[in-house]
Amino acid sequence: MTRLVAIGTEKGLFLATHDGGGWDVSPLHFTVKSVYAVAIDTRGGTPRILVGASSAHWGPSVAISSDLGKTWEEPDDPAIVFPEDTGAALERVWQLAPGPADRPEIVYAGTEPSALFRSEDGGRSFSLVRGLWEHPHRPTWEPGGGGQAIHTILPDPRDDGRMVVAMSTGGVYRTADGGESWTPGNAGIKAVHVPDPFPEYGQCVHKVARDNVDPDRFYAQVHHGVYRSDDGAASWTSIAEPLPGDFGFPIVAHPSKPGTIYNFPMIADMDRYPADHRCRVYRSTDAGKSWEPLSEGLPAEPFYPSVLRDAMCVDAGEPAGVYFGSKSGEVFASLDEGDSWTRVAAHLPAVLCVRAAAI
Amino acid sequence: MGAVILLPGVLRPEAADASRLEVAAPGTVRDVLAEVAERWPRLAKRLRDERGDLRRYVNLYVDGEECRRVKGLDTPVPDGAEIQIIPSVAGG
Repeated sequence: MTRLVAIGTEKGLFLATHDGGGWDVSPLHFTVKSVYAVAIDTRGGTPRILVGASSAHWGPSVAISSDLGKTWEEPDDPAIVFPEDTGAALERVWQLAPGPADRPEIVYAGTEPSALFRSEDGGRSFSLVRGLWEHPHRPTWEPGGGGQAIHTILPDPRDDGRMVVAMSTGGVYRTADGGESWTPGNAGIKAVHVPDPFPEYGQCVHKVARDNVDPDRFYAQVHHGVYRSDDGAASWTSIAEPLPGDFGFPIVAHPSKPGTIYNFPMIADMDRYPADHRCRVYRSTDAGKSWEPLSEGLPAEPFYPSVLRDAMCVDAGEPAGVYFGSKSGEVFASLDEGDSWTRVAAHLPAVLCVRAAAI
Repeated sequence: MGAVILLPGVLRPEAADASRLEVAAPGTVRDVLAEVAERWPRLAKRLRDERGDLRRYVNLYVDGEECRRVKGLDTPVPDGAEIQIIPSVAGG
């Protein structure tokens, strides 16, 4: 089994592989382009790597490799284009998400400005999901610190018509009819930046993960809060209390163990660093009732960088791999579900996203 | 009757490795970019977004004058003009 880790940074993409020995990190792909979105699509016979890369000068694009990064394919016509009547232009691709397991041609994209796109040709071309774009709430969605973008796309593995998306600052939205209509799913999530502490929508949700065994269960890392939903992302209860901080960006779910989740807690707003300035991943095996810090093999010295919302992930290996990258350009891996860690790479540009697969 | 576009090295792969492109003139920058979109679509999408706006850090000089300081996309391009495309110096 080979572990493949795609590392998107502010200045390009790296591909790291592990065949049982050490980590081999590729030369830079997409020089000086910021890579906010990567997907490793393993639904077909050959793994495909999809990359959303943005050049500050020459704009955003989506590229696909079917040979593990040896070559990249980018259509002459841009894959993601806002229709003329929207008056919008693509700023950045924040998320590329494979669709149903049995339909490898379906791929979703989340963009800035906040929009959802759907591809039916494996990511070569996308069309705007109008139901979300035309939602009456859209004019009130505000940009968070990183921009106004759909950063989370969670198709329901049981039903292609059902999906959960999330954005900062707008919150969680759900559809049950293939994207025609959307309802906010934020009940119980506290907002700290508006007068109403529990608005219907507008929360600053940083990332949402779906439990891979119980698809009606979700976990959310919010700006000041960590939550669980047991009702399909309709309502939420706090699971932050045992953590050393309720701020942070990523949250991910184990590929096969229900209730096992990982995050990287930080302290906010007065101390925007990892808790106690220590590099620790926190793991819960009981859906957030209790949490344990994981630090074996992680830096012991004071640690100040953030781990951004898409810079943590798991793979579906046996045992599962867990990975994260920091804004200081370090990437760490655990091949024993978080018990111990090794450094995959250091001195990279700031890490924006990390995606991994056992291939 | 025409003008010439001088491309920086980084953009030449988008136009079959050409360093100079001959386009019709007189007209406007908008007309020139429309012709570029027709003949070299990969290059055009690097220069303009889907609204047709020049990307923020793309600077397009007509005979030495950056078009934003003249009339933007409506800047006249006379016959014989030399159009330089120069990326901004920005970022870290």
